Amino acid sequence: MMKTQLSWKVGGQQGEGIESTGEIFSMAMNRLGYYLYGYRHFSSRIKGGHTNNKIRVSTEKIRSITDDLDILVAFDQETIDVNASELHNEGFILADSKFTPTKPDEVKATLFAIPFSEIAKELGNPVMKNMVALGATASLLQLDAEAFRDVVQGIFGRKGESVVKQNMQAIKEGTDFLHSQIPVSYKSMKLASADGYARMFMIGNDAIALGFLAGGCRFMAAYPITPASEIMEYLIKKLPEFGGTVIQTEDEIAAATMAIGANYGGVRTITASAGPGLSLMMESIGLAGMTETPLVIVDTQRGGPSTGLPTKQEQSDLLAMIYGTHGEIPKVVIAPSTVEEAFHDAVEALNVADEYQCPVILLSDLQLSLGKQSVEPLDYRNVSIRRGKLNTNKEAENGSEYNGKRYQVTSDGVSERVLPGTKNGVFHVTGVEHNEHGKPSESASNRVAQMDKRLRKLSHLIDTYPTPIYMNRTCDEADVLLIGFNSTRGALEEVQVQLQQDGYCVNHAHIRLIHPFPTSHLVPLLQAANKVIVVENNATGQLASIIKMNAGFHEKIESITKYDGTPFLPRALYHACKELL
Amino acid sequence: MATFKDFRNKNKPNWCPGCGDFSVQAAIQRAAANIGLEPEELVVVSGIGCSGRISGYINAYGFHGVHGRALPLAQGVKMANKDLTVIASGGDGDGFAIGMGHTIHAIRRNMNITYIVMDNQIYGLTKGQTSPRSDAGFVTKSTPEGAIESSVNVMELALASGATFLAQSFSSDVKELTTLIEQGIEHDGFSFINVFSPCVTYNKVNTYEWFKQKLVKLSSFEHYDSTNRADAMRVLLEHNSLVTGLIYQNKAKKSYQEYIQGYDSNPLSQAKLTLSKDEFNKLIEEFK
Repeated sequence: MMKTQLSWKVGGQQGEGIESTGEIFSMAMNRLGYYLYGYRHFSSRIKGGHTNNKIRVSTEKIRSITDDLDILVAFDQETIDVNASELHNEGFILADSKFTPTKPDEVKATLFAIPFSEIAKELGNPVMKNMVALGATASLLQLDAEAFRDVVQGIFGRKGESVVKQNMQAIKEGTDFLHSQIPVSYKSMKLASADGYARMFMIGNDAIALGFLAGGCRFMAAYPITPASEIMEYLIKKLPEFGGTVIQTEDEIAAATMAIGANYGGVRTITASAGPGLSLMMESIGLAGMTETPLVIVDTQRGGPSTGLPTKQEQSDLLAMIYGTHGEIPKVVIAPSTVEEAFHDAVEALNVADEYQCPVILLSDLQLSLGKQSVEPLDYRNVSIRRGKLNTNKEAENGSEYNGKRYQVTSDGVSERVLPGTKNGVFHVTGVEHNEHGKPSESASNRVAQMDKRLRKLSHLIDTYPTPIYMNRTCDEADVLLIGFNSTRGALEEVQVQLQQDGYCVNHAHIRLIHPFPTSHLVPLLQAANKVIVVENNATGQLASIIKMNAGFHEKIESITKYDGTPFLPRALYHACKELL
Repeated sequence: MATFKDFRNKNKPNWCPGCGDFSVQAAIQRAAANIGLEPEELVVVSGIGCSGRISGYINAYGFHGVHGRALPLAQGVKMANKDLTVIASGGDGDGFAIGMGHTIHAIRRNMNITYIVMDNQIYGLTKGQTSPRSDAGFVTKSTPEGAIESSVNVMELALASGATFLAQSFSSDVKELTTLIEQGIEHDGFSFINVFSPCVTYNKVNTYEWFKQKLVKLSSFEHYDSTNRADAMRVLLEHNSLVTGLIYQNKAKKSYQEYIQGYDSNPLSQAKLTLSKDEFNKLIEEFK
């Protein structure tokens, strides 16, 4: 029987092209119409240290990697030692014969030592050992080496036709070598063919950056950090085509305050960072809240606290993002769970920031931000640009109600905003408590009026935000309701299916609008569940706390947490859930 | 055309009588009128401290931010709308303690804004603690035995950091200060003007009288070439930076925004926010 799914991993030392090997393999498979989902294991160093790239290939939509492995491509012994336990018994290890590979006794998978380096060297460039390995992979999959030509052309074309030819030859020789080694009976890895439709293949950070571009962001101020930098790098490449630009600032405080200044000046501006950067931005977030300046900040969560696990998955910034900054401000936290949602939420974050004139945190996590996956077509017709009560006239009407009252008390809490440069529009903004004109004021009655005005701004957001909770409700009365946020979506979807196959009635909710919390949307699902399992990548069950605080149901809610730096895997999560049922 | 009075508003400053900041405020208002600005063309961004309140006392767009961050805020405003005249202002604690990192980087970034520091060598609003500009030995509430650290020499530092416009003045000399602010605004790049602005309440050492005795006007020199960086550094070293006037100006270097590839010739605040179908599809195709 042909396979409909494949789990493939390549590993070696950081800096020897492991990532690009995975990239070329994935791109080729993507163009054949397979759905892909990738996970990169890497370290916070440039060269050296074990790194690997695990890729799941499927004929159907997937949003998670798997627990096990079909093929492991190894460029060193450490790769085998660290990863071979994931291989199932019918799996394969394709290893460079250069290091005389061995496998642990308990591993039943078949090991082939293949002269990756030697073949590459003979062809004129030892770097091409990666291509030989891809060729060997193609042989196991009964895939024509020609499937790689397009991708190889795209990558090496500018270096000349001879380089393309050389690389294609390396792939072919890898295929031929393994063909000569394998008995016909081994050829069990043939994949069912895919639909041939080349989807977008992107990481969450690409989608976020593309969303910002489509949503009218024309300036970004940011400081490099893992795992957020790709957002900045994409916009550095693309913004100049649309008249905009990016400034790499001296630190995250400058990034956030520069973004506030630019938003105040009228251009849609964002910044992006991870936990350590967000910690530095907390005072600025309060400034945006107090001055009612739109501000969108991306937090790509990684392992904390402090420098923590900079290159590893975690979801432990949740409470800090909801509550961070001293005092009380209106703030929005949005957590997309798929690449498609990441794109649309980036657009909406810009709209919400303008409409409610407050800071918006677009919350991601390392797996969503860096995990590369096949993406269904994004439709620009779903992109709208809404700027709320921004008055872009060049001249404010003399004698109008506005009259410099930037903080006019209104029923919805949002006041008219004109831009600096507007004739007759002059106003003052300050982080100090202020009156309607932006003049500092310590009057008790004014304080209450301005606090109330600011804090009532978000009262309608829960009812207007598109899909504040992703729900897959399959039954009226559920044995269990699974809840998560950000990148755990795929693992939870698979666990839901597995538990249903066991006869359980299972619903699934993924919280997208984290703050203000969409309590009214979640309560019906909570009511209709005998048990609630909240799954999150942190140690203290932060999402579970938020749900209990807002909705109650303490007696039903149980937590499955994971804070070892790796994402949830479907099968392990399934077993963890079973233990609670 | 707007006059000096058009840059006034009804807000009464909460500074102590005799504070040097009154004169700095007046000089900014005069300079703005003299170079022909309208109130809506000027944005004054300020930090936290007594001097930070200045943005509320000038009839222009004003942004009173957080402590030490006037410069990144001001650069953000300028990025959004390069047609605006942007003045960042604050005290010596704001610019040379908590905000020093931004000061150095704003200098080397060389965006076309003006930074005016009201330097009183003390923390006034928090009622009298040492500042990075206080001299060693200076006795304050936080340094009862006298400050151990030496004062940061911001003029030398600014010059070393690639300042393209460096000036210093004294709040009592409104005429010189006004001229320097005008020159600073007209300079195409980052103009940095440090103004000695005495705190009459908490600094009993660096008083008006003290400055009158110590400060030397560069205009009194027979030959001073403000385009020569080596001469500028020499005069700062020889006079322990206690000089006033235009210390250094580099007119050859263009400002930051003029070097940006693809930067819109219109203010970014007026940029088209939508993409065409073709533009979007082209972006999408790159991911296949």
